[in-house]
Amino acid sequence: MGGVNINNLFEETFVAWMNGQAASQSDIVISSRVRLARNLNDIAFPHLLNQQSGQKFMQLISEAWKKSQVNELKQMELVTFENLSALDRKILVEKHLISPYHAQATGPYQGLLVKADGSLAIMINEEDHLRIQCFLPGLQLEEAYQRAQEIDDALEEELDFAFDDHRGYLTSCPTNIGTGMRASLMLHLPAISISGQSGHIFQNLSQLGLAVRGIYGEGTEAIGNFFQLSNQITLGQSEEDINASLTAISQQVIEQERLLRDSLSEQMKYQLEDRIGRAYGILTHARLISSNEALTLLSDVRLGVDMGMIPGINPFALNELVVDIRPAHLQKKAGSDMNAVERDAKRAEVIREKLQTGK
Amino acid sequence: MYCEECKIRPATVHLAQMFNGQKIEVHLCEQCASQKGAIIFGTNNQLSISNLLGSFLGGDHSIQEAKSLVQNTSCPSCGIKLFDIRQTGKLGCAKCYMAFEQELGPSLRRIHGNRQHVGKIPLRGGEKVLWRKQMESLKQRLQEAVAREEYEEAAEIRDQIKSLEKRTG
Repeated sequence: MGGVNINNLFEETFVAWMNGQAASQSDIVISSRVRLARNLNDIAFPHLLNQQSGQKFMQLISEAWKKSQVNELKQMELVTFENLSALDRKILVEKHLISPYHAQATGPYQGLLVKADGSLAIMINEEDHLRIQCFLPGLQLEEAYQRAQEIDDALEEELDFAFDDHRGYLTSCPTNIGTGMRASLMLHLPAISISGQSGHIFQNLSQLGLAVRGIYGEGTEAIGNFFQLSNQITLGQSEEDINASLTAISQQVIEQERLLRDSLSEQMKYQLEDRIGRAYGILTHARLISSNEALTLLSDVRLGVDMGMIPGINPFALNELVVDIRPAHLQKKAGSDMNAVERDAKRAEVIREKLQTGK
Repeated sequence: MYCEECKIRPATVHLAQMFNGQKIEVHLCEQCASQKGAIIFGTNNQLSISNLLGSFLGGDHSIQEAKSLVQNTSCPSCGIKLFDIRQTGKLGCAKCYMAFEQELGPSLRRIHGNRQHVGKIPLRGGEKVLWRKQMESLKQRLQEAVAREEYEEAAEIRDQIKSLEKRTG
């Protein structure tokens, strides 16, 4: 494993996307992520790699990384999964730095090149050879793309990426060819959910060629009113167009969420205050709490904080808390294996402490 | 709204695909959608893209067809068989795109509704593409200059085209 810096990724909860202080719309847009899929020309895709080709691949990648003069790439550290416990791999999933699928890997040629603040992470041999990702707080897809593509340029100086005049960047799964880019936004939309409009809005979004998913991506439920909005089509649209249209559409969703928040506080003031007060009450006093219940109630508390009903809590502390209460992070804090009841107790404790200090 | 296919069950799956700039909408019920092996844009996790892709790439073939020659053709570079690609929805290597060009072409168009990449071009190995794009834009500018009767500008552009032709051989 790498130096001292990178250990923080496993020991501390905080990563760059959690602090939206200076980012736009960060009360509703939790984070922006851009992911570029890249593959090498002459080596089989990850699912067909064997020991020999895998080793060759790792050699090429680590040489490209070590040779690079580009600061952001130089600052990254390489972690291979043979040296990483299952718990630490889960920690990375819960921070969104790697996918659940990638976390199943344990090989010497599967791993991560990552910046210590978690803003840049390259998944090595997930579904594609490289998936360059940039994570930023709030609504800033264009910035996230710029940073990811700088890393792409830096790597390209040393590596031959598979590219074809018509099909663009070639990827393991044909749904990603072209730009190889998936841009996604994590949105917190409690008012849209409470007013029962989510089904209708998301149907319209899917008609625009966007995918709406739950907090942990493909095949996950929208727990805690977190929705992930991403582009579906990667061929025939430029990166700039994809980012611009996703940004424009999300701005309409944000607008709708704000309007509904206003009308909720006008027309259902007492019901809303009651709901938020109860959620806060449970979270500050419960001794056992499941992950789902906690996420659902934290959504209400976050809404209360956003609307000025609960003073003294930094909204970005809640971003950290949402990750804090996931199983791997809890286990890390407890320092030992826990059974289900112990985990629910630990979770309740972590939440009480966080809401008391508010930081 | 009722399903356009069976006209019995309510349409719960709404598809909109862009094909060469034209929007095509289809409204289906879940049963008909899964029978058609259509791509579902949306939250329905049982019908996610990756789950459906195998069948979308032609996984609804009969056993007889599976034994046929085409299914057993393999990529000269990585050795993966078309049959396996259709099962998993994943290609074996970059060269597979050329090796199975004919078989994959229609599916790629159906997935994206487009044929031509218009985004970023890598600097390495992308020179030819860049030159071609440069050439296209010069020719476009030349036409425009001629149409505006700006002959001096047109001559300049013509020189640029000639020098680009020389450089790229």
